[in-house]
Amino acid sequence: MVVPRFWRERRHRYSLIGTRCPVCGTVYFPPRNVCPKCGRKSLGKMEEFQLSGKGKIYSYTIVHQNVLGYKYQKPYIMAIIETPEGPKITAQIVDIEPEEVHIGMPVRAVFRRITEDGKAGIIQYGYKFVPDWEELEK
Amino acid sequence: MVGIVTYGSYIPIYRIKSAEIARMWGDKPEHPEKGLNILEKSVPAYDEDAATIAVEALRNALRRKNIPGEKIGAIFVGSESHPYAVKPTASLIAEVIGAYRAHAADLEFACKAGTAAMQNVYAMVKAGMIEYGVAIGTDTSQGQPGDALDFSASAGGTAFIIGKDEVIAEINDTVSYVTDTPDFWRREGQRYPSHGGRFTGEPAYFKHIISAAKILMEKVGTKPEDYDYAVFHQPNGKFPYRVGKRLGFTKEQIKQGLLTPYIGNTYSGATPTGLSAILDVAKPGDRILAVSFGSGAGSDAFDITVTDEIENFNRDAAPKVWDMINRKKYIDYATYLKFRRMIVEVD
Repeated sequence: MVVPRFWRERRHRYSLIGTRCPVCGTVYFPPRNVCPKCGRKSLGKMEEFQLSGKGKIYSYTIVHQNVLGYKYQKPYIMAIIETPEGPKITAQIVDIEPEEVHIGMPVRAVFRRITEDGKAGIIQYGYKFVPDWEELEK
Repeated sequence: MVGIVTYGSYIPIYRIKSAEIARMWGDKPEHPEKGLNILEKSVPAYDEDAATIAVEALRNALRRKNIPGEKIGAIFVGSESHPYAVKPTASLIAEVIGAYRAHAADLEFACKAGTAAMQNVYAMVKAGMIEYGVAIGTDTSQGQPGDALDFSASAGGTAFIIGKDEVIAEINDTVSYVTDTPDFWRREGQRYPSHGGRFTGEPAYFKHIISAAKILMEKVGTKPEDYDYAVFHQPNGKFPYRVGKRLGFTKEQIKQGLLTPYIGNTYSGATPTGLSAILDVAKPGDRILAVSFGSGAGSDAFDITVTDEIENFNRDAAPKVWDMINRKKYIDYATYLKFRRMIVEVD
């Protein structure tokens, strides 16, 4: 990813900041400039909305054929996370083995390195998810 | 009253046992346990670094008490493993919490950069320049494979927000002691630090900690028995007890904040995380002495009193230090090399 594109997306990647339609209340992540349900009524009115970072695993897969830069993490878990605010987020699940993950598992967002542009390029940070240990131990 | 308004720590989940490192290098498994009093150490995951640890520690602090980004006037991040040689970690922290008007800078002073950050923020709050400031000590410290540091260099960090209102732990005073003592160093471009072996002890660790602690106790008029807790820099599990004994502190005063036997030396994170473990259990009126040590060499000493406000403070909103220490996953030496990016490949 080129530097300006990453820079433009840093707020939602760092802090899970999406948008909310003031007309119908739907929350979007990644952020949208227009609500697809309300169309022009929402134009220019979308509000920033911070997700809580909590969620549950809706579905997942184990990746054995890694994408570039993920060789040292394979096999790794990619999941769709259902958030209480509404949006479903695709993200990596870390700090857990593939055999331990399950649908419905409570997870929470953490701040991690996502990728880096070679040894001299920028490091891209963003969200991944880990098991929500406090919820699991309840 | 100027002091700690909220605090939070982060320790990665992965651990490697000293016995596993000893097995790799042909040492007796009991050698690091007996010689250094280090049973195991924390290891950052492949996608963790000093910046991610700093963010997680600060988020834990904000879970306990949310201070809006626009009220944060300063961010100082102490580390000797900043992810970039040129590009601040502090600006990343500012972006994460939306503190766009903060005075922000990275600090480096071996293992005492975290407490140096605390002193800077404390001074700015006391001077009335800022309302709140963030001080972080964070590291994913480097140790040459096979060296004594391989057993100790670990990962972790702690964030403090210092302010004047609703202070849970008042910083009564702070002093420093510094000399040009080259006990441990890393030259520009070198991957691993070098050290002076036994020279890191008497003229470095012990001289600076004892000097700073004595200067502080003389200044504020306290004696070791006036303190409920003491935390000293902890490069291994033995030095803190030894320096404490020489100053007149008991093992009981030191135990709660001595983490190195279970997570290794978190460098800039070490004294702040020991202090964090004490704040996890402290009661109103408890008095704490905290003394860091950074090679090269200097010590920062703090005299701290826990206030009644801690009773209203939501400590349970974020994981406590000893809970994070006890939540762990063991890895072998090969995985450790992979996580620490020590495997050399063709570019």
